Amino acid sequence: MATHKPPVSAAKSVFPSKIPPQPPASKKTGPRADSAVTAVEMGARQREISVSEFFTKNRHLLGFDNPRKALLTCVKEAVDNALDACEEAGILPEVTVQLEVVATGPSAVPPVSQATRFRITVTDNGPGIVRQQIPRIFAKLLYGSKFHRLRMSRGQQGIGISAAGMYGQLTTGKPVKIISRTGPKAAAHYFEVQIDTKKNEPLVHENKQIQWEQPRGTQVAIEVEGRYQKGRASVDEYLEQTSIANPHVRLIYRTPEGDTKEYPRAYHELPPSPKEIKPHPYGIEFGMLLKMLHEAKSQTLSSFLSSEFCRVTPALADEMCIAAKVSPKAKPRDIRGAIAETLYQTIQATKIMAPPTNCLSPIGEKAILSGLYKQIKGEFYTAVSRPPSVYRGNPFIIEAGLAFGKAPDGATKPEKPAMPLAEGEQEEGDSELARVIRYANRVPLLYQQSACATFKAVLATTWRNYGIAQSRGALPAGPMVIFVHIASVWVPFTSESKEAIAEYDEIHKEITLALRECGRRLGLFLRRRERAASEFRRRNIFELYIEEVVEACNRLKGGKLPTEKLKAQLHKIASSRTGGIKTDETLGKTGAGPEGLPHSIIVTADGIEGDAPPTPHVSRTIVPVTEVPDGIRIEENRPSSKPGRRQTAKPAPAKRGARRDAAVPSFAKMGSVAQPAGAVRTRRKAQLTRKKR
Amino acid sequence: MAKTKQTKNGTVEKKLIGLADLVITAAQRAKDPTMAIPIRALSNVTFNERKGLLEMGHKKQARSFFNVGMAKKFMQTMLVADALSELQRAELTTSLREIYYRTKHTIQDSHENTFDTQDESDPIIEDLEVSLVALREELHVRAENGGSVVGPLVLGDDGDRVDCAKLGKGGYSVPSIVEPEYVEIRRCTADFVLLVEKGTQWNRLSEDKFWRRYNCVLLTGNGQPPRGVRRLARRLHEEYRLPVYVLVDNDPWGYYIYSVVKQGSINLAFESQRMAIPKAKFIGLSSADPERYELPRNVGIKLNEKDIARAKELLNYQWFQKPAWQAEIKRMLTSGLKYELDALANKDFQYLTKKYLPRKLKEKDWLD
Ligand SMILES: Nc1ncnc2c1ncn2[C@@H]1O[C@H](COP(=O)(O)OP(=O)(O)O)[C@@H](O)[C@H]1O
Ligand SMILES: [Mg+2]
Repeated sequence: MATHKPPVSAAKSVFPSKIPPQPPASKKTGPRADSAVTAVEMGARQREISVSEFFTKNRHLLGFDNPRKALLTCVKEAVDNALDACEEAGILPEVTVQLEVVATGPSAVPPVSQATRFRITVTDNGPGIVRQQIPRIFAKLLYGSKFHRLRMSRGQQGIGISAAGMYGQLTTGKPVKIISRTGPKAAAHYFEVQIDTKKNEPLVHENKQIQWEQPRGTQVAIEVEGRYQKGRASVDEYLEQTSIANPHVRLIYRTPEGDTKEYPRAYHELPPSPKEIKPHPYGIEFGMLLKMLHEAKSQTLSSFLSSEFCRVTPALADEMCIAAKVSPKAKPRDIRGAIAETLYQTIQATKIMAPPTNCLSPIGEKAILSGLYKQIKGEFYTAVSRPPSVYRGNPFIIEAGLAFGKAPDGATKPEKPAMPLAEGEQEEGDSELARVIRYANRVPLLYQQSACATFKAVLATTWRNYGIAQSRGALPAGPMVIFVHIASVWVPFTSESKEAIAEYDEIHKEITLALRECGRRLGLFLRRRERAASEFRRRNIFELYIEEVVEACNRLKGGKLPTEKLKAQLHKIASSRTGGIKTDETLGKTGAGPEGLPHSIIVTADGIEGDAPPTPHVSRTIVPVTEVPDGIRIEENRPSSKPGRRQTAKPAPAKRGARRDAAVPSFAKMGSVAQPAGAVRTRRKAQLTRKKR
Repeated sequence: MAKTKQTKNGTVEKKLIGLADLVITAAQRAKDPTMAIPIRALSNVTFNERKGLLEMGHKKQARSFFNVGMAKKFMQTMLVADALSELQRAELTTSLREIYYRTKHTIQDSHENTFDTQDESDPIIEDLEVSLVALREELHVRAENGGSVVGPLVLGDDGDRVDCAKLGKGGYSVPSIVEPEYVEIRRCTADFVLLVEKGTQWNRLSEDKFWRRYNCVLLTGNGQPPRGVRRLARRLHEEYRLPVYVLVDNDPWGYYIYSVVKQGSINLAFESQRMAIPKAKFIGLSSADPERYELPRNVGIKLNEKDIARAKELLNYQWFQKPAWQAEIKRMLTSGLKYELDALANKDFQYLTKKYLPRKLKEKDWLD
């Protein structure tokens, strides 16, 4: 798809009359005679391929293999564009995704599970698109702003949104509808566009100024053939994972069932804007070098090298020319054949400084933590950003994160009756395997997991070293989500469909190092928690008997003992003899940060510690956001029998816990003053209840 | 429960309350409440050769509350102490079993019982006896009545005159507490005391009126003699200067019963002072008897592993070091057999009454 001239006007039906058949070239053509085709005949069939034909044949490369995936791809292209545009314009993104079932023909609107046609509407608060560009962006394949530069972004080839529109057009015949406004003073423009599939040119059906309630932004609506089904690789999963890796985004999702889910903003800073860079000499392929030489504007080879590549100074350029035995003054166009090859090899053999890394915009440990914490129910979170590294001249950064604890979908699981755990029994969920969520430039990768370098590195990590069960060649077992992100100006995908990351040694190594650090911290957390729990069990034994001993003492003393005082004294001794404050801390009863665990969050029944974001924990569940009365926090749809955890119904004992309860300000106050006498008892009761579960 | 007769409750109760004070003081000083409990084991027992009895040493064991391994026992000790002090205040005596039931309950907010079996509460009462240096009857705790007595002996019990010569073949059931405040020995004309291990043999001797013919007090404790029986034998020995003969099965257990009567038990060595009868004699069954009395080999029982181990243990006890005793035990080990008293019936139902004991007494064939 390198060039796009207007397709030949000749239709198949007219072509035989225009080019008459040639006489046979030779009598003796042997057995091939019947089927043989001459160059002329072949030439006659050689013609430009229309974009629609190309699209139909290659839809799998573009993510439109089947109706379910197509629906996801359309959402993804629109959302990725919205986020790219907002970030580039320095706007904290607010994106609304709406899926609606559309009736086909005269019949009534089918239920969601039966529906085959959907309208996807994605609205952003981004910079908007200037009026003249709108038709080409949405109705011309390979038209975009990101292809021509080496800069980290979600989209790359300028094929995304127009391909989605094309898919809609091919499957439903409906145009893409766009509203865009570049600012409060500008007018909002409404467009309906389609692609002229022969010319790959936009056809504008409708273009008018309208009133739009948004001061700025873009809305695109596409009607497509699709299927909606939750679960793996669904729109829902994509949005959830997007929200994890992009906690600076506020995402609102109106599901086809008519519910609204909000993924709140947990991180209030935009990722630093990545800088554009020139290619690094190590990252260039020979063919590419030839092409660049051929198209060079520079007069001399030396200036060509130093101006087209990063990290090549004029001196270094001269040095390389001399080493390759070519004159630095040679014309770039003249470098061909063997000389070019020597030059290429010399460049690859020369020691060149690694490319600059400011072209990368990692998510950052804090933001990953807030993302994981926001969307995944767990007890332990950690995140690691590796320093930048380079594969084949392309800088990249690996980031990994981990959320460990209760299954992320715990909220939807049916509640089981609370039963005391027998010895040797474990909480259910310990047999489940970890879930890996993968990202390239902040975009979730939902397909081809097992072909992905990230997944392979997870398998290759010895999780047993960190106290996590793992069968040979399998994912680690346990309630955990493993997060891996690669940020790069050029993400090496295994195929055009951009679903799995190729396994370069440097990339594998970086992923492994990041995972190991996460694992090490998890192991530390688990060991410490185990130790604290056993201290805690000891303390529990004492607390259990204190009552008995005090009562016996009181009776011995004729009932005249100040029992509460004696109890308090004994409780104090019990606590100091069972790890005291340390146990409290590890069990999360003090609100102090997790010692020795950087970039981690520990969540316990009584609160959280670590770099927890201050946002209230808003649900992932289906709650109409607008209908929540003031002062009532949207609680997760967790079984309410679980005591303590993220409850607002009791004074938060930890400072952090109090912060979390920002929506109920009085709690924050209570957290900082001494606890009422009853609080200790309440908590003890809660623990006992928990023990019994 | 029964009302106690007279009390020196003051001191015992003070000692029990002292345990509460121990907890309170420790708590005030932020210390782990710890009581010291004398060790009731061989390691803390010495044999006083001069006095011929076992004495408890001074080794003590700490029982701390804030120690996972001891916390429960500590708590149990406090509960038992509380129950015992209740007895003192109410002037009641009770049994070990009733103490167990009195102190058993489920701990608040849990599924845990304070005590699960009586095996947990009994040793705690013994712990308290030794650590508070209080006798069991001072603690108002009775053992089960487990013994019988017949013979020319007149006792006073609760104001009743009990003539042990006029109680048929059943005799008088020896109460667990026979201290003078409870049981008075009004008259005793016997020449000696015969303490029989088994009730069956005691019945035989009683039925045969052996005691009348040989003018003795017949006592049994149905196995290991309970305190009441031992204490009564001791009182008769001490107050009436009667020699005490012990008749037991010929097995390691029999030897041990004899040794407990003679020098006291390891477990309650502190009681030896008033329980032990260092001059008691072992009259039989001796490992020499089968030969001497021509008991056929086939009425013997093969020693099992436990017997052998126990016998070897006895060989090491300081109070079994006399050459005669070493020979006695080794003879049993060499023969590999043990004999029950009942085996004498092989010769004749009344062999014990008519032949065995008369000959033993006549020949003064006993071990010291
Ligand atoms: N929502 C949007 N707001 C602003 N600009 C947009 C938006 N969507 C697309 N664009 C512009 O349209 C171009 C083409 O988008 P697309 O076809 O998805 O290709 P790509 O994202 O790979 O560049 C983008 O490069 C961007 O400049
Ligand atoms: Mg795009």
